[in-house]
Amino acid sequence: MSDFLKIEGLKAQIDADGTSKEILKGLDLTIPKGEVHVIMGPNGSGKSTLSYVLAGREDYEVTGGSAHFKGQDLLELEPEERAALGVFLAFQSPVELPGVNNANFLRTAVNAVRKARGEEELDAVSFLKLAREETGRLSMSGEMLKRAVNVGFSGGEKKRNEVLQMRLLKPSLAILDETDSGLDIDALRIVADGVNSLRGPDFSSLVITHHQRLLDYIVPDRVHVMAHGRIIHSGGPEVATLLEKQGYKQFLEAAA
Amino acid sequence: MSENSAAAWQALTGRAGERAALLGTEGLPTRRVEAWHYTPLQSLNGIAWQVAPALDDAAVKQRIDGLNLPTHDGLLVFANGRFCKGLSHLPACMDVQEYGDGSAVQPLLAGRFSAGLNAALRQPGARLHVPVGKDAGLIVMVSLTEGNGVSTHLHHSITLDEGARLTLLDIQLGEGQYLTNPQMDVHCAANAHLSHVTKQVESREAARLAIVGACIGERGNYDSFTLNQGGVLARQEVVSQLSGSFSNTNVNAIQLVDGSRLNDLSSMIHHASPDCTSRQTVRTVLSENGQGVFQGKILVDQIAQKTDGYQMNQALLLSEKAQMNSKPELEIYADDVKCSHGATVGALDEDQLFYLRSRGVLEEQARDMLVQAFLLETVELVEHESLRDYLLKALPGHV
Repeated sequence: MSDFLKIEGLKAQIDADGTSKEILKGLDLTIPKGEVHVIMGPNGSGKSTLSYVLAGREDYEVTGGSAHFKGQDLLELEPEERAALGVFLAFQSPVELPGVNNANFLRTAVNAVRKARGEEELDAVSFLKLAREETGRLSMSGEMLKRAVNVGFSGGEKKRNEVLQMRLLKPSLAILDETDSGLDIDALRIVADGVNSLRGPDFSSLVITHHQRLLDYIVPDRVHVMAHGRIIHSGGPEVATLLEKQGYKQFLEAAA
Repeated sequence: MSENSAAAWQALTGRAGERAALLGTEGLPTRRVEAWHYTPLQSLNGIAWQVAPALDDAAVKQRIDGLNLPTHDGLLVFANGRFCKGLSHLPACMDVQEYGDGSAVQPLLAGRFSAGLNAALRQPGARLHVPVGKDAGLIVMVSLTEGNGVSTHLHHSITLDEGARLTLLDIQLGEGQYLTNPQMDVHCAANAHLSHVTKQVESREAARLAIVGACIGERGNYDSFTLNQGGVLARQEVVSQLSGSFSNTNVNAIQLVDGSRLNDLSSMIHHASPDCTSRQTVRTVLSENGQGVFQGKILVDQIAQKTDGYQMNQALLLSEKAQMNSKPELEIYADDVKCSHGATVGALDEDQLFYLRSRGVLEEQARDMLVQAFLLETVELVEHESLRDYLLKALPGHV
């Protein structure tokens, strides 16, 4: 079975100020094992909502449809169970955790996931060795391990820290929610390298982006156009080039 | 008044004998008394509090051995209000003076019920004296109380002469439904430095009315930290008076309140001289039906120009039924002062919780991590490294 992630007719809403607003309106998306897919779409099309719903954020209420990953009903699982299953969300705005040491946080996360996957937990020494290797690879200073998670990190440092977590947690489905926004070329490369380094037959990725720019470094298998809470067009990498040149207008008109 | 006919009042005044006048005539403070509005004592009324009987030294020693104390230079043990000489030892530079018959309320603590109760029923406690220029290192004081319907009223006095230093770890624990009412008088002479760490882990059924009165001389420092964690109703009251110029005091605390318990940190920081500084950070974590109280007053006399005061109290509510009552007060008579204060009450941040869980951290562990993070900054204010580590181990979900 090649369908790794299978989303069918997914509907989700968010309740704010006493009124509920439907954001995902029957979304279909399938990502086979080993493929990298990109979702592009205008602001407000529901891209971030999709990533949060897949990762298990509780403020979104799923009102219809389904999402299966590795044959399991993703929507029934707690966020930590999804992480253990291999889902990883790189946040658009990584959260700051004052008072939580980055190295402790990373080790706690890695060991929680290892334990849930039936692997042996890492002791402090072997973890630190691994973390140093990975920070070196990402051109991060070792100091960042000693600081509180994301506190006082620049935008680029926060994104690197996301990629570091992704590398350490070894997901089988990495969802990147506009991880490229606000990054310079060097940081963009690091994010792309992070994804590319994990690419393989057992790794899939859903890359959500605004810009074609990231796709200079990550070559996707499929590109989907999202608008009004649904996928309105899917195609090969050429779709991204087309979007860059002509914008969303033609797709929106065709879907209307 | 009906309080005066209560079993507690009759027993306590009876025990106090001719000192009963020190207790006043009003009975145990009710909600109507402003200082006790959030921590009323009527629940203590029904018990005829008796003198706590002596405990067996061997049993006391066993309790102390189980405490995993940090490496220390001296140990003072009190059990049920009595000094356990055989279990105690002190560094050579210190002396323990015999307890005199000091039954008057220290002027600094006048009008405070906990001090009146202690003065009326006072039992001899530690009388420590660190001579000029000596560093007595880390002294641990353990006060153990066991029994039901009994009360202890130890009175300690700590005197640091000019330039002397002492770190005191003050551990209070016990078992049963008892009342403990310790008082500590602190005198820091010029350039003396006392770091006083209280770890209050009394029995969950115990009532505790503890009070500290500190007088600080020129360039002296009284640095106090309280971990307020036990007791069904427990007030830690600190009155710190900056009597000499350029002196400093810290009155920091962490309160961990669960079950249906009440923990209270009440303080008065009195800037009575110019150019002094005070720092106060109090963080309270409340779960289940816990009730937290913070009452913090900063009083700046007219003479105390160039005062630099800082007060922050923050509470984390982990349950909808938990309750925090905060009452910060500034009373300033000088015109050239810098005093800032702030208070926050909130729940755990859902974004932070989701971030941790999305990385595979189990929900309960994620909550513990965030609670620990909330408390960490305050524990880090304790200067003594091994004491800091000792306290960190007492926090929920420590690794």
